Amino acid sequence: MATSAVPKARPWHVVPGAAQLSGAYAWARRYPLLPGTVLMFLLIIPAIFANQIAPHDHRIGDLKAVKLPPAWVGPKIVERTVVERQGRVARQNEITLSAAKRRIERGQATFISGGADGQVDLGDKLDVVVRGGGTWKYVLGTDKQGRDVLSRIIHGSRISLTVSTLAIVLGGGLGTVLGLLAAYRGGFVDTIIMRIVDIKLAFPSILLALVLVAAWKPGFMTVVIVIAVLLWARYARVVRGEALSIKHKDFIDRARVAGASDLRIMFRHIFPNLINTLIVLATLEVGHVIILESTLSFLGAGIPRPTPAWGVMVADGRELITSAWWIFLFPTLAIVMTVLSMNLLGDWMRDKLDPKLRNV
Amino acid sequence: MQRYIIRRVAQGLLAVVVISVVVFALARVSGDPTLVLLPDEASEEQIANTRAEWGLDKPLHVQYWVWVNRLARGDLGNSFKWAGTPASELIIERLPATLQLSLFALLISGLIALPIGVLVAVKKDSGWDYAGKIFAILGQSAPSFAIGLILMWIFAVQLDLLPTSGRGGLSHMILPGFTLGYYNVAAVMRLTRSSMLDVLDSEYVKLARIKGVPEWKVIWKHTFRNALIVPLTYFGLIGAVLLTGSVVTETVFAWPGLGQLVIEAIIARDFTVVQGVVLLFAFIYIGMNILVDILYAYVDPRIRYA
Repeated sequence: MATSAVPKARPWHVVPGAAQLSGAYAWARRYPLLPGTVLMFLLIIPAIFANQIAPHDHRIGDLKAVKLPPAWVGPKIVERTVVERQGRVARQNEITLSAAKRRIERGQATFISGGADGQVDLGDKLDVVVRGGGTWKYVLGTDKQGRDVLSRIIHGSRISLTVSTLAIVLGGGLGTVLGLLAAYRGGFVDTIIMRIVDIKLAFPSILLALVLVAAWKPGFMTVVIVIAVLLWARYARVVRGEALSIKHKDFIDRARVAGASDLRIMFRHIFPNLINTLIVLATLEVGHVIILESTLSFLGAGIPRPTPAWGVMVADGRELITSAWWIFLFPTLAIVMTVLSMNLLGDWMRDKLDPKLRNV
Repeated sequence: MQRYIIRRVAQGLLAVVVISVVVFALARVSGDPTLVLLPDEASEEQIANTRAEWGLDKPLHVQYWVWVNRLARGDLGNSFKWAGTPASELIIERLPATLQLSLFALLISGLIALPIGVLVAVKKDSGWDYAGKIFAILGQSAPSFAIGLILMWIFAVQLDLLPTSGRGGLSHMILPGFTLGYYNVAAVMRLTRSSMLDVLDSEYVKLARIKGVPEWKVIWKHTFRNALIVPLTYFGLIGAVLLTGSVVTETVFAWPGLGQLVIEAIIARDFTVVQGVVLLFAFIYIGMNILVDILYAYVDPRIRYA
């Protein structure tokens, strides 16, 4: 690496390691403005104010507005020929006489040829509106029950935020306590805890999650607990490593000489030194948790319907991928953008608060 | 080195035993299979008979012991859901599909990730490098079902180039293979890049350049070959991840492999099949991990004493 003899003074906001990057990527890493903004508008504001900003009811749809496309998508018009009766195999480009009459009455079809006498005849060609256009009333369209996709995404952010917060507090808390205990007690306790960690880390996580969910009733708390079970081991390992290095410092010995109890040393003297690491780890894990939650929900083992979790919405939209792409695409993008921003934010926090964690 | 290998293998075996207990216990508390599989109008007597027939009326530790004994003889037990078919038969029937997909995904990750990794290392800090980084970050941030569905929508629905789902010829494998491989493509690409940059900085590459060796030869012969070690050791790990990661991808693309089998079995509370598949996956996963660790320890002696 090319280095000048005298290191230049580095402004506080320049992240080491990110400095040699160029362009928009470096900008995005140096300042978490972009991920921060995305997260505010995609996760935090919608989650808190879902009831105030969601334009429609996320539970009850309008059955007269089923599968409407997003506002900017126009109606789908197909040319069809009027025939007496459709064959057993319905053909794409044909329409029966009675259906054609109905369509014309409703204004959903116009004549291309024929129709001079005002009547629909066999062999006439019609432009038939097979799918209405979008309206600004439902900006991102509606699903097959006529529910507003945007409103459901807004309410879904609440699920993502609460699941990830609870799971990280629970799993992180458990891992921290066990990690502290392993480091502080050492010996037999340490061996047992770290063996369990090894075994947990050797187990493929999505399979463990599926088996666990199947073991309990599917539901919100089950998902939270299962994800917490998947998370704790990594915290335990990192916390143990950090705590071991602090354990032998002078101030711990002095605290002991002063008569502090084990619990007091662990939580008043060692723990505060771990907070930076824990904050960084938590931020880095949010994306992971959102991926796990949405994957479980997508597989039908997560948040049960009709709660609008993003993964559930994607699973619903998947069946209609050929006819109504907006139902799966928008929640999918919500997931990807949230996780992406969270990872960028986590990277940034790590570089700022705890560069040691780079390889964790 | 020998002691290290013995220790890792012992640890791995212990993990497999613990996992077998955990899976066995979890599968048992997950609900009564007779409630799911027998019709609603089944009488008490019928239910009791079925439970006796499957050995569900015995205490848990007896059930476990019976299961382990049979396992030692290669008998995973009979499926409840698929009318008494041996679980091993179901697994063997589905295994080729999963292996095929995993190997294809592995091939794709190699074919895409290695050249791109070299490219972004050679063109460091250029537009290529920048695009490669976005590609890698996306791989970490997008769940595989998201990647699968977006690819399916673009290439199968909008462009109508590839089939949406099912197992068939090569064209059926491209989308699920890429979906499964994407995460690893990103990882291998980054490993190749950093490893290439390290080697490009070395003295013998500089010497080769000074000697006037053509640039393509410097990159592919002198640098790439040496830089390949790091990503190659990673491939073993990938194989395991692919196999277990197939659960989601197989669901998205209706690929008839082990991933789908295990999901169907979990829904039906079909213990024997769930136990069998999870144990197989765990075995492969742990085995691959040990293999990679040993490989690393061989390459880097410091690890052995850690």
